[in-house]
Amino acid sequence: MIEQVTLNVLEGIDFDDEGYMTDPNAWTVEIAEALAAHEGISLTESHWNVIEFCRQRATESGSAPTLRQITKGSGVSTKELFALFPKGPAKKVAKISGLGKPEGCV
Amino acid sequence: MTDNNNNRKMAFICSKGNLDMAYPALIMGWAALGNGIDVTLFFTFWGLDLIRESRVDHLEIPPVANTSMKMTMMGIPGDNLGIPNFMGALPGMTAFATTLMKKKMDDLEVPPVREYMQMLVDAGANLYGCKMSVDMMNLTMDDFIPGVKDIVTASEFMDLTEDAQVIFI
Repeated sequence: MIEQVTLNVLEGIDFDDEGYMTDPNAWTVEIAEALAAHEGISLTESHWNVIEFCRQRATESGSAPTLRQITKGSGVSTKELFALFPKGPAKKVAKISGLGKPEGCV
Repeated sequence: MTDNNNNRKMAFICSKGNLDMAYPALIMGWAALGNGIDVTLFFTFWGLDLIRESRVDHLEIPPVANTSMKMTMMGIPGDNLGIPNFMGALPGMTAFATTLMKKKMDDLEVPPVREYMQMLVDAGANLYGCKMSVDMMNLTMDDFIPGVKDIVTASEFMDLTEDAQVIFI
């Protein structure tokens, strides 16, 4: 059931080889929910705060923020960020937010 | 769709206490955590300075016997002109080089070692001190920054890093 809904939402959306959406403008809340489900994450208000911060930052700078840019800019602690999006938060949140892969070492 | 690398593990053996040698494990460890990889850091010999409460904020980089450190660093032209050892040995040169490196790192928005170490701990890295080095330097857990899990023997380190890719720094 969930799989079916997910498939419908993601129909016609383009992804690159690593699973990042190629067009951030094609992103919707429903897509985010579907992508999060793929990652095994059920989105809460705390998740949405981070997603909205990343979308905002990407609009300003043209690229997805790195881990430290997220923690410094959004006020979410490193611990919390790794708890919200386990195993690689910056990449995961970039995917769910319909952004490209974050670049930068810190 | 996912790139979890669920089972990948990396371990960094930090054996150096100079400021420039503190960063490789921090940067790679942070990148590994960002890629969902399990990270362990093992501090041995001079590397213990990176987790010593009294020293972590005072790591330095000496220009003496460092052939990669050139005069250009001080704004003097000549790409390949080295800093003569006698100059590097002048009082204040180590402090000068250290200040310069800290500024460069800060310009790149790279956090200082203490903050960086805390970031790794918060992101789930496991930090251990080397038992033999700790004994040799008469240290205890009280000498270390928060986040260091334990003092372990080389043999215990082998158990802890089973299946891990090990990087010696």
